[in-house]
Amino acid sequence: MPIESIQPLLAFLASLAGAALIVAFRDRPNLREACSLAASVLQFVAVLSMLPAVLAGQTLHHTLFSFLPQVAIAFRVDALGLLFAATASSLWILTTIYSIGYMRALGEQRQTRFYAFMALALSATMGLAFAANLVTFYIFYEALTFITYALVTHHATDEAAAAGRKYLAYHLGTSIAFMLPAIIWTYTISGTFAFQPDGVLSIATAGTTTLTIIYLLFLGGIGKAAIIPFHAWLPTAMVAPVPVSALLHAVAVVNAGVFCAFRVILNVFGEDLMRDLHLGTPTVAIASVTILLASFYAFRLDNLKALLAYSTIAQLSYMIMGAGLLHPRGMTGGVMHLAVHSFSKITLFFCVGSIYLALRKTKISEMHGVGPRLPWTMAAFLIGALSIVGLPPTAGFLTKWYLATGALDSGQLPVFFVLLVSTLLSAVYYLRIVATAFFVAPEPHGEEHREEDRPSVEKLLESAEEAAEDASAGADSVRARRLGALTLVPAVVTAAIVLALGIFPGLLLRLVAQVFR
Amino acid sequence: MNLHEIQAADQVGFPILTVLILLPALTAIVLTLIEDERRARQTAVAAAGAELILAVSMAGIFTPGVSDIQFAERIAWIETAGVGYHVGVDGISVLFVPLTALVTLTIVLFSWTSVTFRPASYLAALLALESLTIGIFVSLDLVLFFLFWELILVPSYFLLRLWGIGPERQSASVTYVMYMLTGSAPLLLGIVMLGVNHHSAAGAYSFDFLDLTTVPVPRAMQTLIFGLLAFGFAVKAPLFPFHTWVPAVLMQGPIGVGMFLMGLKVGVYGFIRFVLPLVPDAVMEWSWLMSGLGVTAILYGGFIALVQVNLRRLLAFAAVSHAGLAMMGVFTLGVQGIQGSLLLMFNLGIVSTGLLLLTGLLHARTGSSELSAFGGIASQAPLLATFFFIIGLAAIGLPGTSGFPGEFLILLGAFGVHWALAGAGVAGVVLSAAYFLSYYEGAFLGPAPRHGRYIPDLRRHEIAIAAGLTLLIFWIGLFPGPFLHITSGSVLALVQRLN
Repeated sequence: MPIESIQPLLAFLASLAGAALIVAFRDRPNLREACSLAASVLQFVAVLSMLPAVLAGQTLHHTLFSFLPQVAIAFRVDALGLLFAATASSLWILTTIYSIGYMRALGEQRQTRFYAFMALALSATMGLAFAANLVTFYIFYEALTFITYALVTHHATDEAAAAGRKYLAYHLGTSIAFMLPAIIWTYTISGTFAFQPDGVLSIATAGTTTLTIIYLLFLGGIGKAAIIPFHAWLPTAMVAPVPVSALLHAVAVVNAGVFCAFRVILNVFGEDLMRDLHLGTPTVAIASVTILLASFYAFRLDNLKALLAYSTIAQLSYMIMGAGLLHPRGMTGGVMHLAVHSFSKITLFFCVGSIYLALRKTKISEMHGVGPRLPWTMAAFLIGALSIVGLPPTAGFLTKWYLATGALDSGQLPVFFVLLVSTLLSAVYYLRIVATAFFVAPEPHGEEHREEDRPSVEKLLESAEEAAEDASAGADSVRARRLGALTLVPAVVTAAIVLALGIFPGLLLRLVAQVFR
Repeated sequence: MNLHEIQAADQVGFPILTVLILLPALTAIVLTLIEDERRARQTAVAAAGAELILAVSMAGIFTPGVSDIQFAERIAWIETAGVGYHVGVDGISVLFVPLTALVTLTIVLFSWTSVTFRPASYLAALLALESLTIGIFVSLDLVLFFLFWELILVPSYFLLRLWGIGPERQSASVTYVMYMLTGSAPLLLGIVMLGVNHHSAAGAYSFDFLDLTTVPVPRAMQTLIFGLLAFGFAVKAPLFPFHTWVPAVLMQGPIGVGMFLMGLKVGVYGFIRFVLPLVPDAVMEWSWLMSGLGVTAILYGGFIALVQVNLRRLLAFAAVSHAGLAMMGVFTLGVQGIQGSLLLMFNLGIVSTGLLLLTGLLHARTGSSELSAFGGIASQAPLLATFFFIIGLAAIGLPGTSGFPGEFLILLGAFGVHWALAGAGVAGVVLSAAYFLSYYEGAFLGPAPRHGRYIPDLRRHEIAIAAGLTLLIFWIGLFPGPFLHITSGSVLALVQRLN
């Protein structure tokens, strides 16, 4: 039942207004970050306020203005959009808190630009999550590309520029070359741009070949989902600061990609048509190849951030595979994994950032002794890692369970083996990190210890001193402690959420159930 | 297609279109009498500003969504030959009048610092160009139209020859005039044939557009007239393979004239205004050829632009590619395609002007538009780089900018005709993203040349111009509704006539 409501608009505007305020208060960092935080909380409240209605099976609508004849820029909130929006906006709050600690501790340049583009990225995300039709969807998809491009190139170095170029080429290239024609083709066949609960295309309107081509165009057009061979932008984009990586991997960008794939499968094609066209099998096949290749590749990496990047590529394809199973349990697992992966992966990113901040370590081979030194951080890391691997009692176990039973119930045994192999691989490469951190004793030669061996607070103190030269020495120590806390707390919170979702998945399951109502 | 006319006297009480034609023309004459340079510049800015205000007001008073000819004026002239002074605007032409005024004002402001050689004469020639171009857009008598069409060569020639920035400006100006004359001879012949046909069908000569739409043209004659008119307009469009004057003009001519000739697509306008309604059967028959040439232009222009190291040459081939896209849209012969083309042309007016303006400012700062002279501009002149980027995105046609609605409608229309047309259009967009972004990266990002070059950022009045254009880009990009509504009535009537 559709209801007119301005709530989606409010969620969209909260971050837009936030961006304006962030720029307005660019000379007052504390006020600037307060605005960012306030905007994120407001946005989250606005998103949550839509939850009861959506859980009751309703959709909320808001039409902004007519864009082209018969096409309006319009919002439509359903369970899928709300799940994406709620994940993104809740994580924006935590990412903001984390960023304050991280960016200040490192004395990063151009922080106003960073916070402003972060807020804009959230507006684009809300627009995408709530898009009521393919035109609105496409506009926000491209907007997100350009906004996050500015974040990827945050460090104005040659490396960042190269990463930015790759980022633009992959996202723009695929979306213009494949997604745009797919959208136009869909309209030509169906006569509408609007998403429908059961899809807009049907086998009566066009031949099997045509529909299959459109589907593949869509799938190839969603560069943000990082399906092999359109994945290479993701590891390269790691040159950006850690909070940006968190935004890419957990809050906005890759989720946007998977969300787009869900929208296409559920609301453009519809489950029945997908089944009639046998499109599930190629989807699962492409996703399986991506999962296996990315997992094997990640296995031999030593750089932590690169490992996380390849892990993300594999995890995204879990979700797409889930949707492609076209089986209620599998699809539930896929959609749930969107939220679960976000919380798990962002925990890992927060921890990796904290480890870098405290000890300047970026490689797995340097991780020995980190566990005892940063026990909270590594504990959070362990929970995030368990969830990504898919072990109880974390939420990741739940989604893996749904995926695996979905694969078995629908009789797709090879998928089950793909899941098994990739789980084993990820178990090895993630638990190796944790094991090294806790159980391998620090090597006793001096060179290694000169920089890294100092206590974390001391290190933070030094960074903080660089960041704020005018502050007095006594205040600095307190400040450094606070900055350290600001990066630790978000990681602990997200780890707690990962556990909570694993133990009490009721609300999440109810929301996901509404997606397949 | 029975077009009704609303007289200017009934709408605004004075002949507003004649005023729009005469104001710049008279100012041009006045400018030749002013000796003080500064005074001359001020006069030109005031006149161009007043012209823009008047043109925008005209578009504001224009009743949108109907097919009527509005602000019409008719004065008998050479009655025995059926030639009259007949002007008026409808949905197809109305947007081009304020666009012409906007482009002119931008060039006048830009010339404040960039033109130092006899500025009064330069401005006089420019305003004459404006007057004649507005004449082209509002003429509803084909002889009157042709008169404006030909007269435009006079100021263009002198502007290219005297104020060109390239070493071969002399030969470029001759090339340009020769090209245009080659195009206009068949155009004139086609117009005469239309008048003669009116004589044989209705017993009297007439070159009035509305009269000509009422008499049928025999099938065989339509093909001939179509060929003649199409050739004339294609040269000006510039449609592949008649585009070779474009790089010459952009490389050798003054940048202001480049803005004018690239920004105002009178050739494509000619197709929509006269060719489609007057010889509809031939248009239906030959649309595949024109679409094919459009597709060729899109891809050819795009690929050539991709390998350019000179920014002005790049923009020249981008213009060829964009003109191809506009032509493809027109020859889908559907409402979406034609509306998309009109909106695309409006966008190109803003975008070409903006990009050439910034190119001109860079040229003034570095003395070059070669890639080798650029590099690292973004760090030295961040505002210039940002504006260039945003306007470039509109040239690519990314969502949120003024380029998107037009391109999207063209692609929609093209897809309805044949998927390959839409495919070529999409390839054109991908190419434009590739050539623009890769050039941007090389020129604006990356390291600056070693020798200590310094590029000052935009000055205050330059910021004002660039910001104005950028606002327009976002306005049209986000709210294209009113612009489409203005054109809808006339385009619908045109498409109904074609079917």
